Amino acid sequence: MLHILQNLDRRWIYLAMLVAVAGPVLAQKSFPEKPTKLVQDAFDYVERIPEGSNVLFSLDYAPSSDGELSPMTTTMVRHCCLKRHKMFFMTLWPDGLPLLQRNIQKIIETEFADLNLKEGEDYVNFGFNAGKEVVIIVMGTNIRKMFPTDINGKNLADIPLTANISNLSDMQLIVNISAGNPGMKEWVQYASSPLGIPLVVGSTAVQAPQAYPYYPSQMLGLLAAIKGAAEYEAALGNKYPKYQEQKYTEGIRRMAPQFWAHLLIIGLIVLGNGIYFAERVKGGPR
Amino acid sequence: MKSTVPWLIAAVTGCVMIVAFFVPVAESWRDEAGIWFEILAAIAFVLGGANLFAQHMQKISARRAGWGYSAITLVTFVVSLTVGVLKVGAFSEKEDYPWAAHYIAEGGALWWLFEYVFNPLQATVFALLAFYVASAAFRAFRAKTTEATVLLTTAFIVLLGRTYAGTWLTSAVPDDYPALTFPGMTAIIMGVFNTAGQRAIMIGIALGVAATSLKVLLGVDRSYLGSDGD
Repeated sequence: MLHILQNLDRRWIYLAMLVAVAGPVLAQKSFPEKPTKLVQDAFDYVERIPEGSNVLFSLDYAPSSDGELSPMTTTMVRHCCLKRHKMFFMTLWPDGLPLLQRNIQKIIETEFADLNLKEGEDYVNFGFNAGKEVVIIVMGTNIRKMFPTDINGKNLADIPLTANISNLSDMQLIVNISAGNPGMKEWVQYASSPLGIPLVVGSTAVQAPQAYPYYPSQMLGLLAAIKGAAEYEAALGNKYPKYQEQKYTEGIRRMAPQFWAHLLIIGLIVLGNGIYFAERVKGGPR
Repeated sequence: MKSTVPWLIAAVTGCVMIVAFFVPVAESWRDEAGIWFEILAAIAFVLGGANLFAQHMQKISARRAGWGYSAITLVTFVVSLTVGVLKVGAFSEKEDYPWAAHYIAEGGALWWLFEYVFNPLQATVFALLAFYVASAAFRAFRAKTTEATVLLTTAFIVLLGRTYAGTWLTSAVPDDYPALTFPGMTAIIMGVFNTAGQRAIMIGIALGVAATSLKVLLGVDRSYLGSDGD
């Protein structure tokens, strides 16, 4: 038995992972989520600021992280729509632009079509700028120097929503969904910390540990990976029961494959170490 | 001269950024430097594209190993660039301005390539990590030393604490003792031990960055300009 396990073909492990992930996806089974303080703080702030507050979304990620980060983007945009906040969208990642447009189309223009939110009055899409963190620095004093027009080429001075916006200090909240550089750290260093603008960060799991030192003084909330999205969805569902429906809880649904995948990995670590110690007892390699 | 002028540009721009941080009057200089940087960053995309094209063309013409992949790279590069620049299939809502559509407008060829080729490919490659992590968990994560055992124990707690499994396994723990639950232990690990370690690393990196920046500003370190042969 030990010999078989020692020489276990890795394809069996791949198959086990496939089953662990695909099974819950097909079964559509999910588990309850309880918001942690990191997420609840972010939710409460969006809830607390007056209706019609200015919220800047910087979606700094690419398709490789879309599966991990899109549920939190969706649920935060949804929450801002419910609160009728004014939304400003931008990205510092070149391949983040279509993902940004997808959220506007899917949530603002489709899901909230009955609110008749208008581009230029209720939301604006600044688009992409290649200047990385320098974009944030200059936006701190003058947004129009980095984005003279919106994505449609319309001058910001001619857009009702941006006519009276001059710099980042006009934002009541910045939401940065980040998968790397430029992203979370740059928004802390050049916006939230020097200008004192409240910042909520959504980050990938691998990047989340780097975000903890900034909470809560430089970052008022943190949504870490799918778990963070699921917790935000739970907070939204607690406040607005309509949003407990399955179609609004993509993050919670994606936690089920993660649940089984984590259990499988724990099982594999235990099994691997069991083999290792069995080898040691038998006088094998140390 | 070849290295002095770029150094002077870097030094002056760096000094402007530092001064503007402390002196509000200099903020307009910083914004000006920022706009220059933005233009340079945009040009860097063009240079990067040209370099990619040249490198892969060389590889194809020399029939070096893997030249077929280079050919695929070049074909996809040219196709994406062409349909994006020509805005193929991206129709403008303004009849008088047919070229006013955004290059990646929904329904356009570049949008289609992004949604149905680039997006699934990137997601697939990233998703493969789950399989490699599972294989590594079985073969590499061994409690060989005390440090490795501590690391494994921490990983166990965080893996359980980040899913409903942790909540369920410690559901019998009274609410007055959250630190005895897996989610509670995870919060302590991330909020205390991780934060302390991260802060130490960040302070160390910040000091290193400050020292390196000073060397660049003073012209002591010019390695970023390349050697004379470059």
